[in-house]
Amino acid sequence: MANTSKTKVPMPEQKPDVRNTNFDEVALGYTEEMAKEEATRCLNCPTHPCVSGCPVNVRIPDFIAKVVAGDFEAAYQIITATNCLPAVCGRVCTQESQCESKCVRGKAGESVGIGRLERFVADYHMAHVKESVPEIKTNGHRVAVIGSGPSGLTCAGDLARLGYKVTIFEAFHKAGGVLVYGIPEFRLPKAIVQKEVDRLETLGVEVRTNFVIGKTLTVDELFSEGYEAIFIGSGAGLPSFMGIEGESLIGVYSANEYLTRVNLMKAYSDKYDTPIRKSRSVAVVGGGNVAMDAARTAKRLGAEKVYIVYRRSEAEMPARAEEVHHAKEEGIEFMCLNNPVKILGSENGEVRAIEVISMELGEPDASGRRKPVAVAGSEHEIEVDTVIMSIGTSPNPLIRSTTEGLDATSRGCLVTDENMATSRPGVYAGGDAVTGAATVILAMGAGKKAAAAIDKYIQEKG
Amino acid sequence: MFKIVTKRQLNEAVTLMEVEAPYIAAKAKAGQFIIFRIDQFGERVPLTIADHDADKGTVTIIFQAVGSSTKALAQLNEGDYILDFVGPLGNATEIEGYKNVCVVGGGVGCAIAYPSAKALHEAGAHVDMIAGFRNKDIVILEDEMRAVSDNLYVTTDDGSYGEKGFVTNKLQSLIDAGNNYDLVIAIGPIPMMKFLSEVTRPYGIKTLVSLNPIMIDGTGMCGGCRVTVGGKIRFACVDGPDFDGHEVDFDELMRRNTYYKTQERERADHECRILKMGEQAETSEQKEGK
Repeated sequence: MANTSKTKVPMPEQKPDVRNTNFDEVALGYTEEMAKEEATRCLNCPTHPCVSGCPVNVRIPDFIAKVVAGDFEAAYQIITATNCLPAVCGRVCTQESQCESKCVRGKAGESVGIGRLERFVADYHMAHVKESVPEIKTNGHRVAVIGSGPSGLTCAGDLARLGYKVTIFEAFHKAGGVLVYGIPEFRLPKAIVQKEVDRLETLGVEVRTNFVIGKTLTVDELFSEGYEAIFIGSGAGLPSFMGIEGESLIGVYSANEYLTRVNLMKAYSDKYDTPIRKSRSVAVVGGGNVAMDAARTAKRLGAEKVYIVYRRSEAEMPARAEEVHHAKEEGIEFMCLNNPVKILGSENGEVRAIEVISMELGEPDASGRRKPVAVAGSEHEIEVDTVIMSIGTSPNPLIRSTTEGLDATSRGCLVTDENMATSRPGVYAGGDAVTGAATVILAMGAGKKAAAAIDKYIQEKG
Repeated sequence: MFKIVTKRQLNEAVTLMEVEAPYIAAKAKAGQFIIFRIDQFGERVPLTIADHDADKGTVTIIFQAVGSSTKALAQLNEGDYILDFVGPLGNATEIEGYKNVCVVGGGVGCAIAYPSAKALHEAGAHVDMIAGFRNKDIVILEDEMRAVSDNLYVTTDDGSYGEKGFVTNKLQSLIDAGNNYDLVIAIGPIPMMKFLSEVTRPYGIKTLVSLNPIMIDGTGMCGGCRVTVGGKIRFACVDGPDFDGHEVDFDELMRRNTYYKTQERERADHECRILKMGEQAETSEQKEGK
């Protein structure tokens, strides 16, 4: 008999006033009992719509049935048959708009906590099962993967399992891409990302850090080095600025820089040399997940006041509801319907305030959201010493500008067909480099598709 | 890991190192830079490539020990390893089509001016070089610079070596003497580059400056290295590091380079105190030992 509770088994969390002073993970994860209880909420309905809601088609009801039976390792094997990063996805996937949005239970109450269960299963495996090195028959073909973010890791993992000799090229000194430089420790512990990278290495994947494709070697040179196909998963790393007065003042960061200093370069720890501004009052401009991450990070670094400045209303915010909720709990103040006009500096060139103008919502725009319109004469100042611009990123031009015949859109996104093939034979691409800034799971789905297409390409090529 | 194969002290504060990095050595061009990280706790620090040898697979860096990473780097010796070393980053200095060039280096900036002069010299341009230093004791790379220039003018602020005076005065006098430069390259402290650009502005001589702002990744990802050039935001790592000196907002760059000055001072003070405490502890131990 299914568990008829209308709500998910609550996720144990650090208390807001405790966690906003540390960088430890906010959500603590289910216990075995909690997982089993939540798993019994799954009706194992005949149509399993959740599976089609998952970009990598994890066999969700099957793995949940194993959780009910207490066979957590079997559940893990089911998940990893199609998803090579379950501990990551269980934490940062936007389940509410994917698998969970299709769950039958969601029609009357909350959907099954698929993400929480996925996380539990992955963590259980990491804690209890010693990774065995699978026997893989190598096929002798070499593939280069550019970028070690979610799409690159997925593509590399799938190809390695098929017997390919895969080399991942990473520009930074550490593998993981946005999972290590962007998403904060308190949402996704870096040790987990490292374990996933380690697992790929046991599959025979070689990771070459400190290697910038487009600079150290070009795509064409990779072919000359003997790689038969190339996957570009270089992400969308180029930060946008608003182009307003004062953006070069001391105390203005891109969210990328701020988060990289803290996440990758560990500015929060005294052991590291990385400097970061000691802020008292911070305005984060933007309403996405990255803005929430930056705001919550600033709070943890000791800022007394942290504001989210967003030009639309909260209803239009692109950030996950869960992130907005967490941010509010931690004391982040939301100043919606406000748009920055300029940033004001002190005599020595440091930020002293941000001037914003009030907005109201007008007619729907191209995105279908109501367009924010400035209220004339409503300019006002917010006193801050730090401004973090989190208004989006675009794909890095380093690769497309050094690779002839690689088509890109006017916004710099690489053009691919439905199999992730670019305009250059043997060159595939996926993730943010193709879509512009999107989600981890979409990038993984693209990496997966590309791996299958690369396999087909090389096998047909002979 | 990247092996240090040669180490040479150029003056008390400036060190030259040849580092084994074959991929970078094969690709490097004058004007490009690398980023190094000394160990897992270190910052990512950009340094311009001073020279490279594709056959040996080495990249030469020349640096002044100023921050904690460069100080730690200066402590390493031949045979030691640097944890991370990535490049070549940024764009190469444009050298095509110039016939009569003056390359100006200030202090340790000569280490960066030298490869540009060398590249221009090898491309067949007439190269005059002005190398300015505070005094005789810190003169570096004199033989190397002489070898890649038609005329080398060394100046010192105090007149203890070469001609007394600033590089700006020397450039002015060379222009006054009728030298028709079609390009001036200025590399050194920000104020020097700023004033040199002012010297050339009235004559409309194209002037390139090499900027080295604070950055993390060096691939356009952090935006920390943004500089205002011709009223527009540019990223020094991917749009530069060379820019038109007549267009750069040097005052803003100078301010931005002081971003973490207070914190660095605090940190340095803190470290000094720890060292002092260590010394005091040692002394008291010695006393007790007696």
